[in-house]
Amino acid sequence: MAEELVYKKPRLLTDKDFHFCPGCSHGTIHKVIAEVIDQMGMENSSIGITPVGCSVLAYNYIDIDWVQAAHGRACAVATGIKRLNPSKLVFTYQGDGDLAAIGTGETIHAANRGDNIVVIYVNNAVYGMTGGQMAPTTLLGMKTVTTPNGRDAKLHGYPFKVGEMISQLEGVCYFTRQSVHTAAGVRRARKALRRAFELSMEGRGLSFVEFVGTCSSGWKMSAVEANKWLDENMLPFYPLSAE
Amino acid sequence: MAKIKGRLEIDKERCKGCAVCLTACPFSILELGREVNSKGYNYPRVVDLERCTGCASCATVCPDSCITVYRTKQL
Repeated sequence: MAEELVYKKPRLLTDKDFHFCPGCSHGTIHKVIAEVIDQMGMENSSIGITPVGCSVLAYNYIDIDWVQAAHGRACAVATGIKRLNPSKLVFTYQGDGDLAAIGTGETIHAANRGDNIVVIYVNNAVYGMTGGQMAPTTLLGMKTVTTPNGRDAKLHGYPFKVGEMISQLEGVCYFTRQSVHTAAGVRRARKALRRAFELSMEGRGLSFVEFVGTCSSGWKMSAVEANKWLDENMLPFYPLSAE
Repeated sequence: MAKIKGRLEIDKERCKGCAVCLTACPFSILELGREVNSKGYNYPRVVDLERCTGCASCATVCPDSCITVYRTKQL
């Protein structure tokens, strides 16, 4: 019988090696985005907005059009682009340092206006690029370089569940939380992202796709340990959506 | 009964040796070899190809998209 191809590197990923650390979730999430855009045949009509943070260089890796926004301003830039180009698929790709800290205002108001954009939010509970400092999403008791004794609610406040808050707004048509640390998770994430992109093109409002990710360098562990830690600590607090 | 056999091609130069594929494989047929690529990372090798079913779990979770999976159905 003839040999069939089951899986290969998505066509829209460039040959450039990712600058990410070994095992970083960003690589897998980039791959999922490239696959879904290719499946939908939208490579010539997609515009992504990159944030400030580790994923700022996404434009080097996924072969579509990109705009790079100032720190936290991706949703504001996406709003402008989508309003001028309603036929394009416009999405932002932001980390928790970008979206949940400096960009909270832009994100909430874009969601409340119900702009037809997709927000891809990667939550790994630390500032990865700058060396693993506490982020608004850091779990209670979690050790980072700026919370060496663990995050304390009295001193640092509580971890910020952006997704749950955004999902309450009228302008949001879809909120889902996914992870890419298992093969089953990646398959679910692919479906969820496709749904978000389709809803956005139907003009239904803002779709918010959260990925719970790992930061093995920021968490000071190996990639395999980080995946296990995500399963045991992150997922109980940031539970995944069914779809 | 038809038997499904898989085959993997690993882009060892792109690999960063994160070993996520090793834990994703339901049959544990991958291990990190002793050799390193030009970046200095150990890359995985298949130790028991007979058991590979081409399920592509390894390739699906690979953050650097280094694995290509093929499958043959043998009647």
